[in-house]
Amino acid sequence: MSADPRDLLLQVEGLHKRFGDHVVLAGVGLAVRRASVCTVLGPSGAGKSVFLKCLAEVLRPDAGEIRFDGRLLSAAGPAARAEFRRRCSFLFQGNALFDSLTALENVALPLEQTTDLTDAKIRERSLEALRQLEIDDCRGRYPSQLSGGMQKRLALARALVTRPELVFFDEPTAGLDPLRRNAVFAMIAKYQRQFGFTALVVTHDVVEALLASDRVALLDRGRICFEGTPTEFSASTHPVVCGFRDSAGALGSSLAAIRRGESIQSNEHETT
Amino acid sequence: MLKSLGRETLGILFGLGDFALFIAQSLRSALKARRLGRRVVRAVYEQGARCLPVILIVGAFTGLVLGLQGYYVLNRFGSQSLLGALISLSLIREMAPVLAALMLVGQAGSALAAELGIQRNSEQIVALETMGVSSHGYLVAPRLIAALLVFPLQTALFVAIGLWGGSLSGSLLLGVESGVYWSSVERAVESADVRECFMKAAVFGLLTISICAYQGFHADRCKSATGAAAVSAATTRAVVQSSIAVLVADYVITSFLV
Repeated sequence: MSADPRDLLLQVEGLHKRFGDHVVLAGVGLAVRRASVCTVLGPSGAGKSVFLKCLAEVLRPDAGEIRFDGRLLSAAGPAARAEFRRRCSFLFQGNALFDSLTALENVALPLEQTTDLTDAKIRERSLEALRQLEIDDCRGRYPSQLSGGMQKRLALARALVTRPELVFFDEPTAGLDPLRRNAVFAMIAKYQRQFGFTALVVTHDVVEALLASDRVALLDRGRICFEGTPTEFSASTHPVVCGFRDSAGALGSSLAAIRRGESIQSNEHETT
Repeated sequence: MLKSLGRETLGILFGLGDFALFIAQSLRSALKARRLGRRVVRAVYEQGARCLPVILIVGAFTGLVLGLQGYYVLNRFGSQSLLGALISLSLIREMAPVLAALMLVGQAGSALAAELGIQRNSEQIVALETMGVSSHGYLVAPRLIAALLVFPLQTALFVAIGLWGGSLSGSLLLGVESGVYWSSVERAVESADVRECFMKAAVFGLLTISICAYQGFHADRCKSATGAAAVSAATTRAVVQSSIAVLVADYVITSFLV
């Protein structure tokens, strides 16, 4: 599907990344529209987090182009890169909250360190973010005193307090039970609509991702092998998409085969 | 063998260069850091107030032991009246800066290395960078500035409590006149001795806190361990290297100043 380049907030072309001899990304390309939720699916170890960290400039890609709002980041100067960072946020798999800071201090940190706002204004905006994420009662508590779901919301409040245009979500549901997984994806969808940011999510939770996303891409063997709407993903006959999408059904078949005493033929292939 | 020797040498030179860049980057980022004062105050509390009890205890016992040992040595030559001079010069020129630095390494330095190592492991340091916050400016620079303030102050405190300890064992236990003791201190100590003491303390502070911060900050570079084991290894390296650095720096400074 072709899109007007002006509608695209993020464009990635030919992204390569390797660690020693281990090729993780072998020419990844992706386009993300403004104010949409785009999810990159893929099995564990497919390089999804590496992809996201290359986009967020946490890791330096070996080759490839990343354009943010039409501007090529690799050719951008320090001021433009700082501007990119100001307009982006990153929600980490483990939340990466500061244990020694209270919830309010955690949320206020990016404002304190990157803006010239007054203390009163920072407090006001931080409390507003906590209120919007419905955790303002916990402002004085430390992250270790919060439940997993509340920590996730606190991390999201910190990510959103700077009013970013693009938020990277790195495996936001990793290690959560099904109810919490649903809640996290519902939270992303809800706040994406509320704040209007663009969300780029990497996950391996197919069902939740299909329900919460506007666009879906599948990362396999270091490349994007599918990109489209959730409906197109559900209808796709691409063998890798089918294998990934129908993994739940494959488990049923495998278990049935075990019960019948048959040997299991694995169709799983090593990605990265 | 030559090849491996060359590799080792290059590795050490690379490490020293990387360490120098780390300090330079941290100090440079301090110039741009926002709300640095608050972070410095917090670091002063961590390095200063929390380490105060151990400085007081070690300082007092060092003075007490110096008083006992000094008295018995000076007594052989009938020079007990020089006990104050012996204790004060030993403390000011050598023992206080070194022992206070070693105590601060054991308490504040190890805590700093472990804290930064855990922050590295749990992606808090990466999180700062993604927010556009300089992790050097936010995490390291305030600690270095605090070290320049805290180490000389703690050393001065160490000297004061050590002199009091020396007076306690010399005057109260062994019978040296209190007035003789304190006038001997006053006559012996010159401003150059105090300058040397403070200079050593500041150098040791900068050196040890830099090493501890560097090791914790790069805990993920550990090749033989990951996770908690890497943090533990980084903390051990930080304490060992800092302690050695204090003694080496002490020798170098003393050899230039004596």
